[in-house]
Amino acid sequence: MPKWITQVGCPYCGSSCDDIEVLVSDDGKKILETRNACVIGNEIFHHVSSPDRPKKPRMRQPDGNFKEITYDEAVDYTAKTLLKSKKPLIYGFGSTNCEGMSAVARVAEKAGAVLDNCASICHGPSFLAIFDNGYPSCTLGEVKNRADVVLFWGCNPMHAHPRHTSRYSIFPRGFFTTKGQMQRTIICIDPRETDTAKLANIHLMIKQGHDYDLFDAFRTVLRGHDIPAEVAGIKKDQILEAVEKIKKGRFVMIFFGMGCCHTDGRNHNVDIAISLTRDINSHTKASIMAMRGHYNIAGPGQVWSWQFGFPYCLDLSKGTHAHMNPGETSSVDLAMRDEVDCFMNVGTDAGAHFPIDAIKHLKKRPFITVDPNICMASEISDLHIPVRVVGVEEPGIVYRMDNVPIQFKKVVDGPEGVPSDEELFDRIYERMCELTETEPIWLPSREHAKAPTAAEQ
Amino acid sequence: MAEILIKNGFVIDPTRNIDGDVADIAIKDDRIAEQVGSGAKVIDARGKVVMAGGVDVHAHVAGPKVNVGRLMRPEDKLFKSPYAQESYRMESGFSIPSTFKTGYDYARMGYAFVMEAAMPPLHSPHVHEEIHDTPIIDQGALPVFANNWFVLEYLKNQEIENSASYVAWLLAATKGYGIKLVNPGGTAAWAWGLNCLTLNDTVPFFDITPAEIITGLMKTNEYLGLPHSIHIHQNSLGTPGNYGVTLDSLRLAEGMKAKNKFSRDTVMHSTHIQFHSYGGDSWGNFESKAREVMDYVNQQKNITVDLGCVTLDETTTMTADGPFEHHLTRLNHLKWANTDVELETAAGVVPYVYDKDIKVCGIQWAIGLELGLYAKDPMRTFITTDHPNAGPFIRYPRIIKWLMSRDAREETLASFKYSSKVIDATNLHAIETERNLYEIAQMTRAGPAKALGLSHMFGGLAPGMEANVVVYDLNYKDMPSDPEMIERAFSRARWFIKSGDIVVKDGDIASHGNKRTFWVNAKVKENPQVIRDIHEKFLKDYTVGLNNYPVWDSLAPNPYVINIDVEA
Ligand code: SF4
Ligand SMILES: [Zn+2]
Repeated sequence: MPKWITQVGCPYCGSSCDDIEVLVSDDGKKILETRNACVIGNEIFHHVSSPDRPKKPRMRQPDGNFKEITYDEAVDYTAKTLLKSKKPLIYGFGSTNCEGMSAVARVAEKAGAVLDNCASICHGPSFLAIFDNGYPSCTLGEVKNRADVVLFWGCNPMHAHPRHTSRYSIFPRGFFTTKGQMQRTIICIDPRETDTAKLANIHLMIKQGHDYDLFDAFRTVLRGHDIPAEVAGIKKDQILEAVEKIKKGRFVMIFFGMGCCHTDGRNHNVDIAISLTRDINSHTKASIMAMRGHYNIAGPGQVWSWQFGFPYCLDLSKGTHAHMNPGETSSVDLAMRDEVDCFMNVGTDAGAHFPIDAIKHLKKRPFITVDPNICMASEISDLHIPVRVVGVEEPGIVYRMDNVPIQFKKVVDGPEGVPSDEELFDRIYERMCELTETEPIWLPSREHAKAPTAAEQ
Repeated sequence: MAEILIKNGFVIDPTRNIDGDVADIAIKDDRIAEQVGSGAKVIDARGKVVMAGGVDVHAHVAGPKVNVGRLMRPEDKLFKSPYAQESYRMESGFSIPSTFKTGYDYARMGYAFVMEAAMPPLHSPHVHEEIHDTPIIDQGALPVFANNWFVLEYLKNQEIENSASYVAWLLAATKGYGIKLVNPGGTAAWAWGLNCLTLNDTVPFFDITPAEIITGLMKTNEYLGLPHSIHIHQNSLGTPGNYGVTLDSLRLAEGMKAKNKFSRDTVMHSTHIQFHSYGGDSWGNFESKAREVMDYVNQQKNITVDLGCVTLDETTTMTADGPFEHHLTRLNHLKWANTDVELETAAGVVPYVYDKDIKVCGIQWAIGLELGLYAKDPMRTFITTDHPNAGPFIRYPRIIKWLMSRDAREETLASFKYSSKVIDATNLHAIETERNLYEIAQMTRAGPAKALGLSHMFGGLAPGMEANVVVYDLNYKDMPSDPEMIERAFSRARWFIKSGDIVVKDGDIASHGNKRTFWVNAKVKENPQVIRDIHEKFLKDYTVGLNNYPVWDSLAPNPYVINIDVEA
């Protein structure tokens, strides 16, 4: 009999929904059906069973074709390449678990690598703002239970985080928000009329690139000063109306996305958004949150902060201490300056996301991809090492966009012989120690302690 | 692990009233033994002090707020670790060190056990991930309860039994050690931007007062017979004139009796009491009320306190007292992180510079030390810095120096820009007391171990106890005239044996030891109402599934579980 497994985590977007139900075949190997997931989430679960998935590492041959090799060979090649390199760059981690991020950190430390994650090209500017101004935030349950004024600034959850609005931010009936959407004023700040904007009570169709001006106008009004007749393409009346709603709110929530941190002003936009949040807290309660893209892209920021003190752009090449200086130690900048002599793309697709010039430089030297699936990066790699799919074939901790850790289950067995990210990186590390005749540094209390399977729970 | 003999040291063990006797300490595997064979490894401790491993009753070393501090403060990494060693993991950070540095630094100081002082239950997997990555030291974590919806509702209806069932469930679910209260009711109020500053303020919506929460959780704790008493961060922290509230809260323990099987005879631990011993009614006339507070603590035998000494460093404040951190950021205008946690708690983080040339900071520094010097019972008064709130834990040796040497205190006091104003607002200048090594061992080892209900394992050197033994470069019979030598000796142990492993040798890390996670499993009889309430709240109010909430065993792979059977 096929079996329904409940409260499964979805390894796709930053909503990190953990209420998915998955019907698993008798033999525990195939996913037959899912419930509760959105279209994208559903697709992720079904894709796992795709027959096209690679199950062996593939190494580029002199003739340009891939040839399947063993995991031992792949581990050996990767270990040797990392050791030979002066400035290897290990990048990605949008889609893997914290166990993998922790294991790779040990490899990076040994290799003297630069360790970076997708925040480098996404919410990197938000980190810069947080370094300067802090981060007054909350968990998503606070939004659900309390928020009666919700701002979406430069983000479109209806597309990027499909169930965000139904689980947390617009529709749900919470403890103090028993009337759900009726009780919430939705304010959307976006130059386009997105599907989220269509749901909003107030849509401020801001002139592109003028976010800072508008934030400033909000703060000015909130502090009781006058503003010009129009700011950032928005009429004064509309701004006053929005600020009035904010002041009257009992719990104001600001969600911001890439439209805010990747338009003109970048980190300064987020900085002033945080200042606005601070200001609102003099009138009522307010919180702010970055709409993180992937289900565990908050994870590397957590794991590497507790291990090294920095969330991204970690240069471990100095050996004695970690160093972070975005612009200097950030992936794209390193690649553009052609400083990288070995590139590892892990659990993401740098091939699709990096500027073409950066990829051209990286391609000059060993280029390795670790990912369950075929993607643009895997296809231009010298070596592609497939791993199990976290949240489906491999359990693990993930950090939701609000930095709440969620223990994701495993629902089916992975393809035979295919390791998890953690296992793979531990093997690479051990091989590096063998090659350098050094003692591996394990913290003795685990290391391969295994999370329970869904069945055991 | 095998046999070790630590020979001819000056042994200081308050649990057996041993004060500087020259003796040998034998270790067999992970325990102190009566004797060992001739093949034992011999460590010569002649002319040196031998104590049990240190026990820290209260430090913020693992979890979401510590980590947001690390994340938002790259500048904290500019202070490089002076002791980093090549064959160990990289070390980072000063006031909020990386997990690796945390473990290494505690070990270098000879500490065996550290209690993480505030675990938000929803984030407990995170706390345990960090504890897992903190080498060497044994750790536990205290989940926060005093603003939790379940607890507030049960206590409002005076349902101690339900409160106890829920606490037992949550301790097991989060692998927690005991009951922590942070700004009872005030943090729940903060979810609406409010606070509870006195014991009788009503918590919005829940219609209960801080006094009722404190009393209710004290009763819950004794109903369950947990190893530790309730552990409270009181209301109105850090405000001039708060000592009245402090005394009112402490009085709630009057008449309460400890009921447990762990030889704990106290019912309340009041933490970082320095922040709660303030007089005056503004920062202008701010003054010490250490004497008033400590007089009460001295006579009220069923409470313990820790100091929370200000160390005069640039540091990072962090607490589940959300409204306090908001108040602080509006005072110092530095960056502010906050996390409100659904149904449970909140937390805030703000960097802070305790500048010795600011009058208020000087007074705070003096208050912490006054409390440590006025204490009549060092077994109930423990050295902490509320790490990292009043200063980083690596300053414990400096606090020990100040407590042990009046010269050292006077030197620091004299270096202040406003030293005469600080002297006027405090009593420190007039205090001649100097603590001795025996008292320091009580305040850093035997005392906290007892308060945590771990006196059978930690804090002493009796045969059968955990083999946590530290050798310091101090001559009991010939103490250095230069107080700096005291600080230096306590900063880097000559030897530290943790659970039978030599983890520090000559001040350097020698092994990753075998760290454990301590948690308490209190078995209560099944309580259908509480189970129903839990299911309902997870269904309706939480955004995480009940099934995914309890911390996996694999996150605490080396557990030490204290089982309690609670009789109905
Ligand atoms: S909203 Fe995101 S996490 Fe939730 S089911 Fe859809 S893709 Fe998955
Ligand atoms: Zn504290």
